[in-house]
Amino acid sequence: MAKILIPTPLRQFAEKNNSVAVDATTVGEALASLTTQFPDLRKNLFNDEGKLRSFVNVYVNDEDIRYLQKDATAVGDGDTISIVPSIAGGRC
Amino acid sequence: MLTQEEVSRYSRHLIMPEVGVDGQEKLKAAKVLLIGTGGLGAPVAMYLAAAGVGTIGLVDFDVVDVSNLQRQVIHGTKDIGKKKIDSAEETMRDINPLIKIVKHEVALTSENALAIMCNYDIIADGTDNFPTRFLINDACVMLNKPNVYASIFRFEGQATIFAAEGGPCYRCLYPEPPPPGLVPSCAEGGVLGILPGVVGLIQATEVVKLILGAGEPLIGRLMLYDALAMRFRELKLRKNPECICSTGNVTLIDYDQFCGIQKPEPPPVVGEISPTEVKTMIETRQDFILIDVREPHEFQIGRIPTSNLIPLGELPKRIPDLDPAAHYVVHCKMGGRSAKGCDALRAAGFKRVFNMTGGITAWSEQVDPTVPKY
Repeated sequence: MAKILIPTPLRQFAEKNNSVAVDATTVGEALASLTTQFPDLRKNLFNDEGKLRSFVNVYVNDEDIRYLQKDATAVGDGDTISIVPSIAGGRC
Repeated sequence: MLTQEEVSRYSRHLIMPEVGVDGQEKLKAAKVLLIGTGGLGAPVAMYLAAAGVGTIGLVDFDVVDVSNLQRQVIHGTKDIGKKKIDSAEETMRDINPLIKIVKHEVALTSENALAIMCNYDIIADGTDNFPTRFLINDACVMLNKPNVYASIFRFEGQATIFAAEGGPCYRCLYPEPPPPGLVPSCAEGGVLGILPGVVGLIQATEVVKLILGAGEPLIGRLMLYDALAMRFRELKLRKNPECICSTGNVTLIDYDQFCGIQKPEPPPVVGEISPTEVKTMIETRQDFILIDVREPHEFQIGRIPTSNLIPLGELPKRIPDLDPAAHYVVHCKMGGRSAKGCDALRAAGFKRVFNMTGGITAWSEQVDPTVPKY
Protein backbone atom coordinates (compact mmCIF):
# COMPACT_ATOMS: atom_id res chain seq x y z
CA MET A 1 0.00 0.00 0.00
CA ALA A 2 1.21 3.48 -0.87
CA LYS A 3 0.13 6.47 1.15
CA ILE A 4 -1.36 9.54 -0.53
CA LEU A 5 -1.11 12.76 1.48
CA ILE A 6 -4.08 15.06 0.88
CA PRO A 7 -3.22 18.76 1.24
CA THR A 8 -5.38 21.02 3.38
CA PRO A 9 -7.27 22.75 0.54
CA LEU A 10 -8.38 19.40 -0.92
CA ARG A 11 -9.34 17.64 2.29
CA GLN A 12 -12.88 19.00 2.02
CA PHE A 13 -13.27 16.87 -1.11
CA ALA A 14 -11.86 13.76 0.56
CA GLU A 15 -14.12 13.47 3.59
CA LYS A 16 -11.52 15.46 5.55
CA ASN A 17 -8.91 12.72 5.31
CA ASN A 18 -5.34 13.95 5.46
CA SER A 19 -3.97 10.71 4.12
CA VAL A 20 -5.39 7.77 2.25
CA ALA A 21 -3.80 4.36 1.72
CA VAL A 22 -4.23 2.92 -1.77
CA ASP A 23 -3.36 -0.34 -3.40
CA ALA A 24 -1.56 0.61 -6.59
CA THR A 25 1.60 -0.05 -8.56
CA THR A 26 1.82 3.31 -10.34
CA VAL A 27 0.98 6.91 -9.53
CA GLY A 28 -1.73 6.84 -12.20
CA GLU A 29 -3.41 3.87 -10.55
CA ALA A 30 -3.07 5.43 -7.14
CA LEU A 31 -4.77 8.66 -8.22
CA ALA A 32 -7.47 6.73 -10.09
CA SER A 33 -8.17 4.74 -6.96
CA LEU A 34 -8.25 7.94 -4.91
CA THR A 35 -10.70 9.71 -7.21
CA THR A 36 -12.90 6.63 -7.38
CA GLN A 37 -13.09 6.68 -3.63
CA PHE A 38 -13.63 10.46 -3.55
CA PRO A 39 -15.20 11.54 -6.86
CA ASP A 40 -15.32 15.21 -5.79
CA LEU A 41 -11.54 15.31 -5.94
CA ARG A 42 -11.51 14.54 -9.64
CA LYS A 43 -12.25 18.02 -10.96
CA ASN A 44 -9.67 19.48 -8.60
CA LEU A 45 -6.94 17.16 -9.78
CA PHE A 46 -7.71 16.59 -13.46
CA ASN A 47 -8.84 18.79 -16.31
CA ASP A 48 -11.59 17.86 -18.78
CA GLU A 49 -9.10 15.82 -20.81
CA GLY A 50 -8.19 13.80 -17.75
CA LYS A 51 -4.73 15.39 -17.47
CA LEU A 52 -3.33 16.43 -14.15
CA ARG A 53 -4.01 20.14 -13.71
CA SER A 54 -1.00 22.41 -14.10
CA PHE A 55 -1.46 24.00 -10.68
CA VAL A 56 -1.29 20.60 -9.00
CA ASN A 57 1.98 18.76 -8.64
CA VAL A 58 2.39 15.19 -7.57
CA TYR A 59 5.44 13.90 -5.79
CA VAL A 60 6.57 10.40 -4.99
CA ASN A 61 8.52 10.78 -1.79
CA ASP A 62 10.49 13.99 -2.48
CA GLU A 63 10.60 13.83 -6.29
CA ASP A 64 8.23 15.49 -8.75
CA ILE A 65 6.66 12.85 -11.03
CA ARG A 66 7.18 15.19 -14.01
CA TYR A 67 10.87 14.29 -13.64
CA LEU A 68 10.19 10.59 -13.06
CA GLN A 69 7.85 8.56 -15.29
CA LYS A 70 4.85 10.81 -14.70
CA ASP A 71 1.65 8.72 -14.28
CA ALA A 72 3.63 5.56 -14.88
CA THR A 73 5.98 6.20 -11.97
CA ALA A 74 6.11 3.04 -9.89
CA VAL A 75 4.95 3.11 -6.30
CA GLY A 76 5.03 0.45 -3.68
CA ASP A 77 4.82 -0.23 0.03
CA GLY A 78 6.17 2.60 2.08
CA ASP A 79 6.08 5.17 -0.71
CA THR A 80 4.41 8.47 0.00
CA ILE A 81 2.57 10.29 -2.77
CA SER A 82 2.13 14.00 -2.09
CA ILE A 83 -0.38 16.18 -3.86
CA VAL A 84 0.92 19.75 -3.79
CA PRO A 85 -1.50 22.35 -5.14
CA SER A 86 -0.58 25.99 -5.46
CA ILE A 87 -1.84 28.15 -2.64
CA ALA A 88 -1.65 31.90 -2.67
CA GLY A 89 -2.44 33.10 0.83
CA GLY A 90 -0.15 35.41 2.70
CA ARG A 91 -1.18 39.04 2.84
CA CYS A 92 -4.74 38.29 3.89
CA MET B 1 31.33 50.72 8.97
CA LEU B 2 29.19 50.09 12.00
CA THR B 3 28.60 52.91 14.44
CA GLN B 4 29.12 52.45 18.14
CA GLU B 5 25.34 52.42 18.55
CA GLU B 6 25.08 49.65 15.97
CA VAL B 7 27.80 47.62 17.61
CA SER B 8 25.86 47.70 20.87
CA ARG B 9 22.55 46.93 19.23
CA TYR B 10 23.80 44.02 17.15
CA SER B 11 26.27 42.57 19.64
CA ARG B 12 24.61 39.14 19.71
CA HIS B 13 25.21 38.94 15.97
CA LEU B 14 28.74 40.30 16.14
CA ILE B 15 29.96 37.67 18.57
CA MET B 16 28.86 34.86 16.22
CA PRO B 17 31.53 34.00 13.67
CA GLU B 18 28.82 33.19 11.07
CA VAL B 19 27.71 36.83 11.16
CA GLY B 20 30.38 38.96 12.80
CA VAL B 21 31.14 42.53 11.80
CA ASP B 22 31.39 41.60 8.14
CA GLY B 23 27.99 39.94 8.15
CA GLN B 24 26.39 42.79 10.03
CA GLU B 25 27.80 45.23 7.50
CA LYS B 26 26.30 43.09 4.73
CA LEU B 27 22.94 43.26 6.49
CA LYS B 28 23.29 47.02 6.82
CA ALA B 29 24.08 47.40 3.13
CA ALA B 30 21.25 45.08 2.02
CA LYS B 31 18.07 46.30 0.39
CA VAL B 32 15.06 44.01 0.77
CA LEU B 33 11.60 44.60 -0.66
CA LEU B 34 8.65 43.11 1.21
CA ILE B 35 5.57 42.86 -0.96
CA GLY B 36 2.56 42.71 1.34
CA THR B 37 2.57 43.72 4.99
CA GLY B 38 -0.05 41.23 6.12
CA GLY B 39 0.27 37.84 7.75
CA LEU B 40 3.63 36.92 6.23
CA GLY B 41 4.96 40.45 5.81
CA ALA B 42 4.40 41.29 9.48
CA PRO B 43 6.94 38.91 11.05
CA VAL B 44 9.35 39.31 8.14
CA ALA B 45 9.34 43.10 8.48
CA MET B 46 9.71 43.06 12.25
CA TYR B 47 12.57 40.57 12.35
CA LEU B 48 14.45 42.01 9.39
CA ALA B 49 14.18 45.45 11.00
CA ALA B 50 15.45 44.04 14.27
CA ALA B 51 18.29 42.21 12.53
CA GLY B 52 19.52 45.45 11.03
CA VAL B 53 18.71 45.02 7.34
CA GLY B 54 19.69 48.51 6.23
CA THR B 55 16.96 49.28 3.71
CA ILE B 56 13.53 47.69 3.83
CA GLY B 57 10.92 48.56 1.22
CA LEU B 58 7.25 47.91 1.91
CA VAL B 59 4.58 47.53 -0.75
CA ASP B 60 0.95 47.62 0.37
CA PHE B 61 -2.14 49.70 -0.32
CA ASP B 62 -4.47 48.26 2.29
CA VAL B 63 -5.64 49.64 5.62
CA VAL B 64 -5.63 47.80 8.92
CA ASP B 65 -8.88 46.01 9.69
CA VAL B 66 -9.80 44.51 13.04
CA SER B 67 -9.92 41.04 11.42
CA ASN B 68 -6.21 41.37 10.50
CA LEU B 69 -5.06 41.54 14.10
CA GLN B 70 -5.52 37.81 14.73
CA ARG B 71 -2.21 37.27 12.87
CA GLN B 72 -0.71 40.53 11.53
CA VAL B 73 1.26 41.28 14.66
CA ILE B 74 3.01 44.33 13.21
CA HIS B 75 -0.31 46.18 13.51
CA GLY B 76 -2.16 46.86 16.75
CA THR B 77 -5.64 47.78 17.84
CA LYS B 78 -4.71 51.46 17.79
CA ASP B 79 -3.84 51.10 14.09
CA ILE B 80 -7.30 50.04 12.88
CA GLY B 81 -8.17 52.20 9.89
CA LYS B 82 -4.54 53.27 9.36
CA LYS B 83 -2.60 52.48 6.20
CA LYS B 84 -0.75 49.22 6.71
CA ILE B 85 2.54 50.63 5.48
CA ASP B 86 2.30 53.52 7.95
CA SER B 87 1.41 51.21 10.80
CA ALA B 88 4.17 48.78 9.81
CA GLU B 89 6.72 51.58 9.54
CA GLU B 90 5.83 52.84 13.00
CA THR B 91 6.37 49.41 14.57
CA MET B 92 9.62 48.85 12.67
CA ARG B 93 10.96 52.28 13.67
CA ASP B 94 10.18 51.50 17.27
CA ILE B 95 12.06 48.21 16.97
CA ASN B 96 14.99 49.77 15.12
CA PRO B 97 15.33 53.47 14.33
CA LEU B 98 18.69 52.93 12.62
CA ILE B 99 17.34 51.41 9.41
CA LYS B 100 15.84 53.02 6.34
CA ILE B 101 12.22 52.20 5.48
CA VAL B 102 10.88 52.97 2.02
CA LYS B 103 7.13 52.95 1.58
CA HIS B 104 5.46 52.12 -1.72
CA GLU B 105 1.76 52.71 -1.27
CA VAL B 106 0.62 51.02 -4.45
CA ALA B 107 -0.76 47.79 -5.76
CA LEU B 108 2.07 46.10 -7.62
CA THR B 109 1.26 46.05 -11.34
CA SER B 110 2.98 45.13 -14.58
CA GLU B 111 3.51 48.85 -15.10
CA ASN B 112 5.25 49.67 -11.82
CA ALA B 113 6.81 46.35 -10.74
CA LEU B 114 10.19 46.64 -12.47
CA ALA B 115 10.71 50.26 -11.43
CA ILE B 116 10.03 49.43 -7.78
CA MET B 117 11.79 46.08 -7.62
CA CYS B 118 14.97 47.11 -9.42
CA ASN B 119 16.05 49.16 -6.39
CA TYR B 120 16.34 46.09 -4.16
CA ASP B 121 18.64 43.06 -3.87
CA ILE B 122 16.09 40.55 -2.58
CA ILE B 123 12.32 40.37 -2.95
CA ALA B 124 10.10 38.68 -0.35
CA ASP B 125 6.67 37.72 -1.66
CA GLY B 126 4.07 37.91 1.08
CA THR B 127 1.07 38.54 -1.12
CA ASP B 128 -2.25 36.77 -1.14
CA ASN B 129 -3.28 36.23 -4.74
CA PHE B 130 -2.14 34.39 -7.84
CA PRO B 131 -1.92 37.33 -10.28
CA THR B 132 0.54 39.19 -8.03
CA ARG B 133 2.54 36.04 -7.32
CA PHE B 134 3.03 35.38 -11.03
CA LEU B 135 3.86 39.05 -11.57
CA ILE B 136 6.49 39.02 -8.81
CA ASN B 137 7.98 35.81 -10.16
CA ASP B 138 8.21 37.06 -13.73
CA ALA B 139 9.66 40.40 -12.66
CA CYS B 140 12.24 38.62 -10.46
CA VAL B 141 13.21 36.41 -13.42
CA MET B 142 13.59 39.50 -15.62
CA LEU B 143 15.59 41.42 -13.02
CA ASN B 144 17.57 38.36 -11.93
CA LYS B 145 16.68 38.87 -8.28
CA PRO B 146 15.87 36.12 -5.79
CA ASN B 147 12.23 35.83 -4.72
CA VAL B 148 11.96 34.53 -1.18
CA TYR B 149 8.54 32.98 -1.35
CA ALA B 150 5.99 31.73 1.14
CA SER B 151 2.29 31.05 1.08
CA ILE B 152 -0.16 29.81 3.65
CA PHE B 153 -3.55 28.17 3.90
CA ARG B 154 -5.35 27.19 7.09
CA PHE B 155 -2.73 25.04 8.85
CA GLU B 156 -0.29 24.63 6.03
CA GLY B 157 2.52 26.65 4.57
CA GLN B 158 4.91 26.48 1.64
CA ALA B 159 8.25 28.25 1.40
CA THR B 160 11.15 28.33 -1.02
CA ILE B 161 13.43 30.69 -2.92
CA PHE B 162 12.53 31.22 -6.55
CA ALA B 163 14.52 32.83 -9.36
CA ALA B 164 17.87 32.56 -7.59
CA GLU B 165 20.88 32.15 -9.84
CA GLY B 166 20.57 28.72 -11.48
CA GLY B 167 17.48 27.80 -9.46
CA PRO B 168 13.88 27.17 -10.45
CA CYS B 169 11.18 29.82 -10.57
CA TYR B 170 7.53 29.77 -9.53
CA ARG B 171 6.48 28.79 -13.04
CA CYS B 172 8.81 25.77 -12.94
CA LEU B 173 6.65 24.58 -10.05
CA TYR B 174 3.29 25.81 -11.32
CA PRO B 175 3.23 26.83 -14.99
CA GLU B 176 -0.31 28.13 -14.71
CA PRO B 177 -2.60 29.45 -12.02
CA PRO B 178 -5.72 27.61 -10.96
CA PRO B 179 -8.93 28.85 -12.50
CA PRO B 180 -10.78 31.23 -10.16
CA GLY B 181 -12.94 29.47 -7.62
CA LEU B 182 -11.18 26.13 -7.67
CA VAL B 183 -8.70 26.91 -4.93
CA PRO B 184 -10.23 28.61 -1.91
CA SER B 185 -8.57 31.86 -0.85
CA CYS B 186 -7.34 32.57 2.64
CA ALA B 187 -10.28 34.89 3.18
CA GLU B 188 -12.64 32.04 2.32
CA GLY B 189 -10.68 29.19 3.85
CA GLY B 190 -9.31 30.87 6.94
CA VAL B 191 -5.85 30.68 8.39
CA LEU B 192 -4.51 29.75 11.79
CA GLY B 193 -3.24 33.03 13.19
CA ILE B 194 0.09 31.60 14.28
CA LEU B 195 0.83 29.97 10.93
CA PRO B 196 2.10 33.07 9.08
CA GLY B 197 4.41 33.71 12.02
CA VAL B 198 6.16 30.38 11.56
CA VAL B 199 6.17 30.48 7.77
CA GLY B 200 7.06 34.19 7.57
CA LEU B 201 10.07 33.57 9.78
CA ILE B 202 11.24 30.83 7.43
CA GLN B 203 11.13 33.57 4.79
CA ALA B 204 13.00 36.01 7.02
CA THR B 205 15.60 33.34 7.81
CA GLU B 206 16.21 32.72 4.12
CA VAL B 207 16.48 36.45 3.42
CA VAL B 208 19.14 36.83 6.11
CA LYS B 209 21.01 33.74 4.88
CA LEU B 210 21.03 35.06 1.31
CA ILE B 211 22.44 38.37 2.53
CA LEU B 212 25.10 36.70 4.64
CA GLY B 213 25.85 34.04 2.06
CA ALA B 214 25.61 31.58 4.95
CA GLY B 215 24.34 28.03 5.15
CA GLU B 216 22.27 26.21 2.58
CA PRO B 217 19.68 28.45 1.02
CA LEU B 218 16.20 27.02 0.37
CA ILE B 219 16.81 26.95 -3.37
CA GLY B 220 15.53 23.97 -5.36
CA ARG B 221 13.66 22.75 -2.33
CA LEU B 222 10.03 23.37 -1.39
CA MET B 223 9.48 23.39 2.35
CA LEU B 224 6.03 22.24 3.39
CA TYR B 225 4.89 22.89 6.92
CA ASP B 226 1.84 21.29 8.47
CA ALA B 227 1.05 22.94 11.79
CA LEU B 228 -1.52 20.34 12.83
CA ALA B 229 0.87 17.46 12.36
CA MET B 230 3.80 19.72 13.40
CA ARG B 231 5.75 18.28 10.54
CA PHE B 232 8.12 19.81 8.03
CA ARG B 233 8.61 18.08 4.71
CA GLU B 234 10.91 18.95 1.88
CA LEU B 235 10.30 18.31 -1.81
CA LYS B 236 12.74 18.72 -4.67
CA LEU B 237 12.17 21.62 -7.05
CA ARG B 238 13.77 21.39 -10.43
CA LYS B 239 14.41 24.06 -12.99
CA ASN B 240 12.19 23.27 -15.96
CA PRO B 241 14.21 23.66 -19.18
CA GLU B 242 11.03 24.69 -21.02
CA CYS B 243 10.14 27.34 -18.45
CA ILE B 244 10.40 31.06 -19.20
CA CYS B 245 13.22 31.31 -16.68
CA SER B 246 15.27 28.94 -18.84
CA THR B 247 14.23 30.20 -22.27
CA GLY B 248 14.45 33.86 -21.27
CA ASN B 249 11.17 34.46 -23.06
CA VAL B 250 9.59 36.55 -20.34
CA THR B 251 7.56 39.74 -20.45
CA LEU B 252 5.14 41.18 -17.95
CA ILE B 253 1.55 40.50 -19.00
CA ASP B 254 -2.00 41.17 -17.83
CA TYR B 255 -1.94 38.87 -14.81
CA ASP B 256 -5.60 39.25 -13.94
CA GLN B 257 -6.46 38.00 -17.38
CA PHE B 258 -3.84 35.23 -17.08
CA CYS B 259 -5.49 34.10 -13.86
CA GLY B 260 -8.95 34.24 -15.42
CA ILE B 261 -10.11 37.10 -13.27
CA GLN B 262 -12.96 38.94 -14.93
CA LYS B 263 -12.64 42.67 -14.97
CA PRO B 264 -15.81 44.52 -14.05
CA GLU B 265 -17.75 45.67 -17.11
CA PRO B 266 -16.50 49.05 -18.21
CA PRO B 267 -19.01 51.78 -17.46
CA PRO B 268 -21.01 53.03 -20.42
CA VAL B 269 -19.07 55.60 -22.38
CA VAL B 270 -20.47 58.97 -21.49
CA GLY B 271 -19.19 60.98 -24.33
CA GLU B 272 -19.54 63.92 -26.54
CA ILE B 273 -18.24 64.34 -30.03
CA SER B 274 -17.76 67.47 -32.14
CA PRO B 275 -19.29 68.00 -35.59
CA THR B 276 -15.84 67.99 -37.19
CA GLU B 277 -15.07 64.61 -35.66
CA VAL B 278 -18.37 63.29 -36.98
CA LYS B 279 -17.45 64.65 -40.43
CA THR B 280 -14.17 62.72 -40.28
CA MET B 281 -16.01 59.59 -39.21
CA ILE B 282 -18.34 59.90 -42.21
CA GLU B 283 -15.48 60.59 -44.63
CA THR B 284 -13.42 57.69 -43.36
CA ARG B 285 -16.50 55.46 -43.57
CA GLN B 286 -16.40 54.46 -39.93
CA ASP B 287 -19.06 52.06 -38.82
CA PHE B 288 -21.55 54.07 -36.78
CA ILE B 289 -25.20 55.07 -36.78
CA LEU B 290 -26.11 58.75 -36.83
CA ILE B 291 -29.48 59.46 -35.26
CA ASP B 292 -31.28 62.78 -35.65
CA VAL B 293 -33.80 63.13 -32.82
CA ARG B 294 -35.46 66.31 -34.15
CA GLU B 295 -39.00 66.49 -35.50
CA PRO B 296 -39.77 65.66 -39.17
CA HIS B 297 -40.36 69.26 -40.06
CA GLU B 298 -36.95 70.28 -38.76
CA PHE B 299 -35.41 67.39 -40.66
CA GLN B 300 -36.88 68.86 -43.84
CA ILE B 301 -35.14 72.19 -43.24
CA GLY B 302 -31.73 70.64 -43.34
CA ARG B 303 -30.04 67.42 -42.42
CA ILE B 304 -26.79 65.51 -42.40
CA PRO B 305 -26.95 63.11 -45.36
CA THR B 306 -26.20 59.90 -43.49
CA SER B 307 -28.57 60.60 -40.59
CA ASN B 308 -31.59 58.55 -39.56
CA LEU B 309 -34.59 60.43 -38.25
CA ILE B 310 -36.02 59.15 -34.97
CA PRO B 311 -37.81 61.97 -33.17
CA LEU B 312 -37.01 61.99 -29.45
CA GLY B 313 -40.62 61.15 -28.54
CA GLU B 314 -40.49 58.02 -30.67
CA LEU B 315 -37.06 56.87 -29.52
CA PRO B 316 -38.18 54.69 -26.56
CA LYS B 317 -40.38 52.50 -28.71
CA ARG B 318 -37.75 52.27 -31.44
CA ILE B 319 -34.99 51.13 -29.05
CA PRO B 320 -35.87 47.41 -29.33
CA ASP B 321 -35.13 47.64 -33.08
CA LEU B 322 -31.65 49.06 -32.50
CA ASP B 323 -28.46 47.06 -31.96
CA PRO B 324 -27.19 47.79 -28.44
CA ALA B 325 -23.63 46.89 -29.44
CA ALA B 326 -23.45 49.40 -32.29
CA HIS B 327 -21.74 52.78 -32.16
CA TYR B 328 -24.18 55.72 -32.10
CA VAL B 329 -23.89 59.45 -32.61
CA VAL B 330 -27.02 61.39 -31.71
CA HIS B 331 -27.80 64.97 -32.67
CA CYS B 332 -30.63 67.51 -32.63
CA LYS B 333 -30.73 71.24 -33.27
CA MET B 334 -28.51 72.49 -30.43
CA GLY B 335 -27.56 69.40 -28.40
CA GLY B 336 -30.18 69.43 -25.63
CA ARG B 337 -32.67 66.91 -26.96
CA SER B 338 -29.92 64.64 -28.24
CA ALA B 339 -28.42 64.56 -24.73
CA LYS B 340 -31.75 63.17 -23.51
CA GLY B 341 -31.75 60.73 -26.42
CA CYS B 342 -28.25 59.55 -25.39
CA ASP B 343 -29.44 59.07 -21.83
CA ALA B 344 -32.35 56.94 -23.05
CA LEU B 345 -30.06 54.74 -25.13
CA ARG B 346 -27.54 54.33 -22.30
CA ALA B 347 -30.34 53.53 -19.87
CA ALA B 348 -31.31 50.74 -22.26
CA GLY B 349 -27.80 49.30 -21.94
CA PHE B 350 -26.23 50.80 -25.07
CA LYS B 351 -22.51 51.21 -24.41
CA ARG B 352 -21.18 53.38 -27.22
CA VAL B 353 -23.37 56.45 -27.45
CA PHE B 354 -22.07 59.93 -28.25
CA ASN B 355 -23.83 63.27 -28.30
CA MET B 356 -22.83 65.61 -31.12
CA THR B 357 -22.13 68.92 -29.45
CA GLY B 358 -24.00 71.98 -30.66
CA GLY B 359 -26.34 70.00 -32.89
CA ILE B 360 -26.99 70.75 -36.53
CA THR B 361 -26.43 74.42 -35.81
CA ALA B 362 -22.80 73.72 -34.99
CA TRP B 363 -22.62 71.38 -37.99
CA SER B 364 -23.67 74.29 -40.19
CA GLU B 365 -21.08 76.57 -38.61
CA GLN B 366 -18.17 74.14 -38.49
CA VAL B 367 -18.68 71.65 -41.30
CA ASP B 368 -21.28 72.45 -43.94
CA PRO B 369 -22.57 76.04 -44.26
CA THR B 370 -25.03 74.91 -46.95
CA VAL B 371 -27.13 73.35 -44.19
CA PRO B 372 -29.37 76.21 -43.14
CA LYS B 373 -29.49 77.42 -39.57
CA TYR B 374 -32.98 77.99 -38.29
